[in-house]
Amino acid sequence: MKKNGKFLMAPTLGWLTVFFVLPMLIVVAVSFASRTPYGQVVFDWTLHNYARFLEPLYLSIFAQTLLVAIVTTIFTVLLGYPLAYYIAQLPKRWQQPGLILCMIPFWINFLIRSYAWVIILRAQGVLNTLLLKAGIIDQPLQLLYNEGAVMLGMIYALLPFMILPIYVSIEQLDHRLLEAASDLGAKPFTAFRKITLPLTMPGVAAGTILVFISSLGMFVVPDVMGGAKSALVGNLIQNQFLSARDWPFGSALSIMLAILSLVLITLYYRTLQIQKGGSDHAEDVA
Amino acid sequence: MREMEDLIRLQGITKKFGDHVIIPKLDLTIKDGEFVTLLGPSGCGKTTLLRMIAGLETPTTGQVILDGKDITKLPPYKRDVNMVFQNYALFPHMTVTENIRFGLKMKGVDGEEAEERVRQVLYLIQLEELRDRYPAQMSGGQQQRVAIARALVNNPKVLLLDEPLGALDYQLRKKLQIELKNLQRGLGLTFIFVTHDQEEALTMSDRIVIMNNGVIQQDGDPNGIYHHPVNTFVARFIGESNFFDLDGVTYALRPEKLNLCEEEDEGMAHPAPQFYGTVVDIVFYGTIDKVFIRLDNTNQTVVAYQYFDDLRRWKVDDRVGIWWYDRDEVKMDQ
Amino acid sequence: MQKTWRSHLLLAYSLAVLAFLYLPLVILAMYSFNDSRINAVWTGFTFKWYEHLLNNRRVLEALINTLIVGCISTIVSTALGTTAAIALHRYKFKAQNAINGLLYLPILIPEIVMGLSLLVLFSQFHLPLGKTTLILAHITFCLSFVVITVGARLDGLKAEYEQAASDLYATPWQCFRYVTLPLIMPGIVAGALIAFTLSIDDFVISFFVAGPNSTTLPLYIYAMVKRGISPEINALSTVMMCVEIALVLLAEALQPSHKAKKQAG
Repeated sequence: MKKNGKFLMAPTLGWLTVFFVLPMLIVVAVSFASRTPYGQVVFDWTLHNYARFLEPLYLSIFAQTLLVAIVTTIFTVLLGYPLAYYIAQLPKRWQQPGLILCMIPFWINFLIRSYAWVIILRAQGVLNTLLLKAGIIDQPLQLLYNEGAVMLGMIYALLPFMILPIYVSIEQLDHRLLEAASDLGAKPFTAFRKITLPLTMPGVAAGTILVFISSLGMFVVPDVMGGAKSALVGNLIQNQFLSARDWPFGSALSIMLAILSLVLITLYYRTLQIQKGGSDHAEDVA
Repeated sequence: MREMEDLIRLQGITKKFGDHVIIPKLDLTIKDGEFVTLLGPSGCGKTTLLRMIAGLETPTTGQVILDGKDITKLPPYKRDVNMVFQNYALFPHMTVTENIRFGLKMKGVDGEEAEERVRQVLYLIQLEELRDRYPAQMSGGQQQRVAIARALVNNPKVLLLDEPLGALDYQLRKKLQIELKNLQRGLGLTFIFVTHDQEEALTMSDRIVIMNNGVIQQDGDPNGIYHHPVNTFVARFIGESNFFDLDGVTYALRPEKLNLCEEEDEGMAHPAPQFYGTVVDIVFYGTIDKVFIRLDNTNQTVVAYQYFDDLRRWKVDDRVGIWWYDRDEVKMDQ
Repeated sequence: MQKTWRSHLLLAYSLAVLAFLYLPLVILAMYSFNDSRINAVWTGFTFKWYEHLLNNRRVLEALINTLIVGCISTIVSTALGTTAAIALHRYKFKAQNAINGLLYLPILIPEIVMGLSLLVLFSQFHLPLGKTTLILAHITFCLSFVVITVGARLDGLKAEYEQAASDLYATPWQCFRYVTLPLIMPGIVAGALIAFTLSIDDFVISFFVAGPNSTTLPLYIYAMVKRGISPEINALSTVMMCVEIALVLLAEALQPSHKAKKQAG
């Protein structure tokens, strides 16, 4: 009886093998293939697709993607940390609602959330109309379809990814440490800087990795809010599969993206473990 | 005749978790209608032993025999024993009645008979008016009674109780101890009770089995265990004890059996003091004073209970002689 | 003095960040009631864009597709995910780390990679893109969320309930049927709600694996957005937002939160 139950795991493992592992393996194979002029895939085992990464056009897209990812990460930390901190120090019964309030936008898809910004920022949009009416400008500003708009959209889209892990790390913090610090004469801000901030760095690291991974693969936000020049790796991949029909190159790009993500995810688990180890230790002290 | 009386026999039981030995080797027989308490510090193997009888653990080697039948390999749901869990484990999604009727339903007892039996146990535990409540709507003591009723309704051959009173406050625990004891007497049912509370064990049991590190230290009636502990572990675990070494033999003495006298007490009407010492502390405990004495020539401190109507009350730094009657000393096994 | 000054500043900053999160969504919803078609100037309150939606055959088709895909994916992924969570909870697996990895990776890998890999798979096996491929893809990305949600509920379940049932003569099947299943039901419902929300909300993966006749609501919205803005998209987006928020709040209410923990302890 006891052993038989293990087979309950089989359908899910089988499903994920067929619809997750197998597709990934095929993508790996396709990334070493070539395409015919009509977009057909020919398996001739070449590194050609990976070599194309070094072409200046793609290098500049990689650089652009990296820049957007870094800026997005920095701003989500700056916006997310104080909010997470504020929620974590609320009375217990207000924390859950506060957190849910932060997480609701996370469940609404990037498409609708980017589109909401289009309404605000477009030439005849809410912001331009307001500014014109107030007489601050007399020509609508070009607020959309540029790099700044893409960054704004990314920060907006990914902010909830940063708030949750930071909240968790602050919430797990042993408050007696802060009491001890203030008991020893530390001013609130000093206590924050010397204790809270260093001890919640694992949460910041975890959030950073989540935001960073998500922004690397993002194509909705630049697609909706960006212009022709603000394409990122996500858009490049999307184009290979839909308009350019160069699946081998698209596959190579997505393998690179997947490997980068996996490396970052591994780092993420490391930080989680450090965080967990830290809180276990706090319990031991108790 | 004796064979008939033995309800449970544990034979050559050992239990290992990986390399960790919980129970090295153990034999124990429990008679029909006994209230047996397994007593010991946490991690001594008492709960493991109880769970083996219930079928929630399997012994690594050895046999569990219930009523002459080997049940070692039987799963819990095929054993005629029921358990009361430490935190009651009442099903939170069922009412009191549904909880109590659960065992009957699983055994296929329904209809009028099930109704009648549920009614009887509800009467027995006096919770008839709470029959439609959910566990979350009841106090700890009420939940405890429901847990007992849920087990009793099945007419088990043995009722196993795993620290059932541990989560309750002191007053309620005292009250339920008496209720449980009366219930067991009234029903004539075999109870195996696990606790780490020596006072609880002394109050309730017909027989106490003291365990440490998976080994039975002493097995006997409460009176015998208290007054004649066989080793220092038992003497320390049950009540307070002082140990005195005389000619290479260790004797245990209860603090209430130690008598104090003046150091220079001429023509005394009692045995001569065996030891002398200095009073280092006196703690007032209501009906008694606890007098702590440091023995001369050793670093050992012993404690003696003195009643108020004793001839005199001692002060710190008083010099005293300590004496006792031979009948009160208990020689320890080495 | 200084402390209150700082805490006021923190409160103001936090409210500003929350406003940043919600203001665009509120504006989007607001303009779905604006009478003007092109301008951002408020010209009057109207429900007509919602009426337009109801009369738009393509919107209704997309809605039906979304619901069909959502319901089937939810049912299949909940059934598979629940059995897997139970197996994981009850048994020790030798390859535990590999199994965990397999369950978490679909959540952590960029959606675009998952979408295109499924596209490549379906084309390798000459499976025409349509509702079938959409459903297969949606089950795949919902599955892990269900396993994790139901697993959390199971982990919160004290082993003693099952032991008590077993002690009270319940066979393993009866124990599951009468004790385990009712107790984890809130977790299963929460998992199903999350799966349904993810499915009806999904754009990126659907974008790769949907066919011409299997447009879902997010795909329809995308097509409209690419053509330019219109008040109907505002209305449709607002409806979707409201439905999703309701589903997520419902799922949240069923999760083992502080209240459940208190009860379990």
